[in-house]
Amino acid sequence: MVREMLTGNASAAWGARLADVDYVPSFPITPQTEIIENISSWIRDREMNAKFVTMDSEHSMITAAGTAAATGARVFTATSSQGLLYGMEMLYTISGWRVPLVLVNVARAISSPITLEPDHNDILAARDSGWIQIHVENCQEALDAVLMGYKISEDERVFLPVIVNLDGFYLSFTREPVEIPDQKDVKKFLPPFNRENGYFRASKPVSRGAALLGGTGYSFFKYQMHLSACNAISVYKGVAKEFKAIFGREYDTVERYEMDDAEYVIVMSNSFATKGKAAVHIMREKGHKVGLLKLRLIRPFPADDIINELLNRKGVAIIDQNIAPGSGGILYNEVCGCLYHSKERPNILLSVIGGLGGKDISQAEFEHIIDTIKKYHNKKKVPIKPILLFTEEDMKVTNNIIDIAGI
Amino acid sequence: MDRAKIYKNVKDINEEEFVLPGTPLCAGCGGLLALRLAYKVLGQKVVILNAAGCFTLLSTYPYTPFRSSWLYTAMACGPAGAQGIRDALDILIEKGSIPKEENLKVVVLTGDGSAYDIGLQSTSGAIHRNLDFYYICYDNEAFGNTGFQMASSSPYGSRTGTTQPSDAYPMATEQQKKDLFEIWRAHKPPYMATVSPAHPVDLSAKFKKASEYKGPKLFITLAPCPTGWGYGASRSNRIAKLAVECGIWPLKEAIEGKLKHTYIPKFKPVEEYLSLQGRYDHLFKPVRNDFTIKKIQKGIDRYWAPFLKLTSCKR
Ligand code: SF4
Repeated sequence: MVREMLTGNASAAWGARLADVDYVPSFPITPQTEIIENISSWIRDREMNAKFVTMDSEHSMITAAGTAAATGARVFTATSSQGLLYGMEMLYTISGWRVPLVLVNVARAISSPITLEPDHNDILAARDSGWIQIHVENCQEALDAVLMGYKISEDERVFLPVIVNLDGFYLSFTREPVEIPDQKDVKKFLPPFNRENGYFRASKPVSRGAALLGGTGYSFFKYQMHLSACNAISVYKGVAKEFKAIFGREYDTVERYEMDDAEYVIVMSNSFATKGKAAVHIMREKGHKVGLLKLRLIRPFPADDIINELLNRKGVAIIDQNIAPGSGGILYNEVCGCLYHSKERPNILLSVIGGLGGKDISQAEFEHIIDTIKKYHNKKKVPIKPILLFTEEDMKVTNNIIDIAGI
Repeated sequence: MDRAKIYKNVKDINEEEFVLPGTPLCAGCGGLLALRLAYKVLGQKVVILNAAGCFTLLSTYPYTPFRSSWLYTAMACGPAGAQGIRDALDILIEKGSIPKEENLKVVVLTGDGSAYDIGLQSTSGAIHRNLDFYYICYDNEAFGNTGFQMASSSPYGSRTGTTQPSDAYPMATEQQKKDLFEIWRAHKPPYMATVSPAHPVDLSAKFKKASEYKGPKLFITLAPCPTGWGYGASRSNRIAKLAVECGIWPLKEAIEGKLKHTYIPKFKPVEEYLSLQGRYDHLFKPVRNDFTIKKIQKGIDRYWAPFLKLTSCKR
């Protein structure tokens, strides 16, 4: 084991390298490109024994990833934002083939307006595609999630592809100290992929992805996919346990920060959870009983774990770093949905939208969120609309841009 | 696997069948006949990557007419799918993860809607990467699977579901057929050819020849389509023959971009070909549209003129 200063992108690339992948189809897109640059250099320098190919689009890239996985190769690929959406059709197709692989999405907000910094509309657009989704907060987690991703994906109770989501810029280009595990420990954790049956071989012809006419058969296979995705919760937990036993780091489906006696809780995901934790820490110092619940496994949705953590709290704010125009926050609806049948559910469930296009969420805003839940709770009122975070300062900046443009 | 070294007549063609009868395709589908013939040369160690089109229904769960492997991808990405399988087989064999006896020929099978339009980028990419694969486009000159709408493969003067003849458009389809062969040829792949199911010896010889090359091996076969073209299912062969003899479907090949016609037709008037098909009815009924018929004939003459000159020079 060595410790190195690595960016989020380099950490993800190390995950692929340690997983001893066979095949890496690629297509560059900011902020993901550093991942494929690293991997292609390693392959060219013979430090990695895999085949690297630059495809003609993300659509083609995801296709090649899926067909190579269907041929029994261990496959890694990566994209971002527009690329993920461009290949969206194939995300659904590949999960339907029930093939294991890992794709890293380096989150970046979606056009229009075209932009570079992250939010989660890209990755959450893929939430119903049948891929398992692991969202990470820091560089170490990025590397570890890639390794865990293969183990979950290749488990025959799951056999679905995995997306590891890491935030562009905030994580992709931030260097942090990262433990790079020893190859032999990784081998113990992640043995070579068992490619016995169902792959394309001269001696064993198979027909895959066949057309299926009529809703009955279609429903049968879709339900199977759903049930396998549900299996991924217990498989995830088992894999996390093994991971801890070998590497010492623990990754549950959700992460609890100052949750033990928290009356008010912020629910959020990905790199901005670090900002959230810092804010909670400061509020705790001021005597507020606040905590943070970080969502890590987003597909399958670990409803039981979320319910467990949120019961009997006075109020919960769900910060969505995404926006479903005309509806609000995507994860807010999912968290509310899973709590509905519990009598001890929190009185207040506040939807907050922030961090779009990588816009910062300040300490003052986190405090405002907690104040708002408290006010609702104390006045026995309920919030009816999401809060759209946008400060006076933000308005000033915006007006300034408009002034410069002379509009 | 077929044993014939050279194909001189139909007796040289492998008797073994690899596409078994009883598929859900239309009776008399010319494209299916071409596929059946191609398979006789390719043999059984094949995996087909199919892009959405008529032939997607060949493998409809839980049946398949093939004795070999099949994977359906989406319409835009047959060659990208082939890339993944080819690369995976290569690296797994190289790493010793699977024995080399398990190797397969990777074959993309697409209709013209995919080949000429939505899948063209993916094809261009695969040729550029010199992917070792076969590509078979069965060209029925429209989006056949959706009920025959205009594609960029639809010939000038033909009727489709979205280019019906009208007073303003007496010719029906106003654009010329896109020249996919020349687009491919600009990439200079090792081997490419046009074929027809009505010329089985020529077809077999071309697939055999292609097998000697590593890299992209690209084929466009005319796919006479009874339902879309509007003729009785038993006439597919006759129509395919006429397409060649009228010069509207030239049989040719190009090796590393060098073009050669493999058959010089008898140049029957194109009218003989057109008048047998419902999709050209409007050129003859209720009144004859001489302008359009002549324009189609001129197009054929113009295509052949330089090659015929070359041929006669050689003579
Ligand atoms: S529509 Fe035409 S090309 Fe398609 S299966 Fe039927 S005959 Fe063949």
